[in-house]
Amino acid sequence: MPTKRIPLPYSPKVLEYFRNPKNLGPLEDASVVAMAGSPACGDMIAIYLKVNDESEIIEKATFESYGCAANIAAASVMTEMITGKTLKEAWNLTWKDLSDALGGLPSIKFHCGILAVGALRRAIREYYRKKGKNPDWLPEDLTKEEKMALEEEELVKRLQKRYERMLKRGE
Amino acid sequence: MGAGDFRSVEELLKAHGKPPREVYLDCENSPWVPPEVIDAMLPYFNTIGYGNPLITHKAGWEAYEAYRRALIQIARPINADPQQFIITHSGTEANNLAIKGYVLANKDKGRKIVVSEIEHLSVIFTAEYLKNCGFEVVKVPVDAEGFIDLEKLADIVDRETILVSIMLVNHEIGTIEPLREAVEVVKDKNPDVVFHTDAADAYGKIKFDVEKLGVDMVSLSARKIYGPRGVGALYVREGIRLEKLIHGQISIEELWPGVENVPLVMGFAKASELIFKDFDRNVSHMRKLRDMLIDGILSSIPYTFLNGPKGDRRAPDNVNISFLYCEGEAMVIELSTHGVYVSSGSACASRMLEPSHVLLAIGRKFEEVHGSLLMKVTPYHTVEDIKYVLEVLPKAVERIRSISALKPEGD
Repeated sequence: MPTKRIPLPYSPKVLEYFRNPKNLGPLEDASVVAMAGSPACGDMIAIYLKVNDESEIIEKATFESYGCAANIAAASVMTEMITGKTLKEAWNLTWKDLSDALGGLPSIKFHCGILAVGALRRAIREYYRKKGKNPDWLPEDLTKEEKMALEEEELVKRLQKRYERMLKRGE
Repeated sequence: MGAGDFRSVEELLKAHGKPPREVYLDCENSPWVPPEVIDAMLPYFNTIGYGNPLITHKAGWEAYEAYRRALIQIARPINADPQQFIITHSGTEANNLAIKGYVLANKDKGRKIVVSEIEHLSVIFTAEYLKNCGFEVVKVPVDAEGFIDLEKLADIVDRETILVSIMLVNHEIGTIEPLREAVEVVKDKNPDVVFHTDAADAYGKIKFDVEKLGVDMVSLSARKIYGPRGVGALYVREGIRLEKLIHGQISIEELWPGVENVPLVMGFAKASELIFKDFDRNVSHMRKLRDMLIDGILSSIPYTFLNGPKGDRRAPDNVNISFLYCEGEAMVIELSTHGVYVSSGSACASRMLEPSHVLLAIGRKFEEVHGSLLMKVTPYHTVEDIKYVLEVLPKAVERIRSISALKPEGD
């Protein structure tokens, strides 16, 4: 099958969330904050959650994104989807759910959804760590999305090292 | 390709809408072609010279005559012999033919190929392909402004070296390389080395002469001078043997079979004529717009800096600026919604997550590369166009920064 590089056929939904992002900005009274990605990746998402400690319902979720349009849209739509949900329900959200909500992400942008979910799951783990709780549904091992976010962060570190070596050679 | 990858963007375009004003500054990736060039091409589809230039009938002879004149027009401004040009279907093909063609035909002479770190990917990837075939490839480093290290070049070139390929003007950061000195350094170390230069971004932007430069092969691309896409040229000094890479029925071009695309070649010639006819005026106009854009951005938007050299050592059309705390693709889309079309060195469009190799080679950090925008002005842009860009750009950057998870310290 011939491989083609299509110039990122975003759905109109991605453009809409990019132009008018919902739940943008830091949350002053957040219960927990988590990040995924790095400046070097060119992809970095911060997720802020305000959680009701009794019901474990996410009362408010906001985001910040240093990244492309898909990255911004994925993070924004995710904050909408998890508001009003319990942490357990939010944990079960997958990157495919985000992609579907955005009318389908191009395959080269799947990692944007993965990074958003990775940041959310980090936030949920961090919340329980801070509370000293360990619910039985929370897996000990990292999930696919968390691992892939970590892999992206590691990959870019390796690339950076390679270029640093290259530049040193040139000195 | 995933399921969502071949879908229509018609709905996206509807949502995007038509901006009130449009300024196209993405001439690195595709040209805006002026009407004069279109008019020069159209007759050759069905009115005159639409025959195959190798066939002996009137339509063929007309095509041959047009092709011959086009070659003379393309060759004359750089003092090259028009008979020593091979027309290809792109600058990429010209670079492939020069490098693979020479190395494969001359592999008994040596195994070492030298290119700079900041070549166009059609040179870098061709060299890497040859490396996988068992040749030795060495890349010459550049300094923080993109100038090649002549001392390192002298260290690298040896008796085993058969080909050196160094560009005349860098396509991303506009560095005008000291090519005459580089040729001298190379030929001093080994007079048998063939020197190729990718001059796609130099032709029509700076004055040069193939004889004075002393280069052996020169690649050109029509689209870089606002000619049509799909046509390039390779100048090859007489006596240099190249291996044929494409096989098929030979027409005029023995080394590049396939029926000559006379209309596109006519467009190339017209674009060449237009850019060289008022060369000094075109260049000074581009320089004025370039500096207006650079100075306007650097003075009005904080956390920005220029990539590449300033002034006369920079190509007259090139603007490349890094905007910290902004990701490039987001800026490209934001600007698009305001009718300003640019490109970015960000990794975002790359499957490998690898940002621009040129910006990394001059020592930029990854996040500085992700936030870079490349803009090219042309003789066809006006002061009003640049004013509009300078009106839109600060707002675009401000909005993207307001979304960003990455903020300046203290903000």
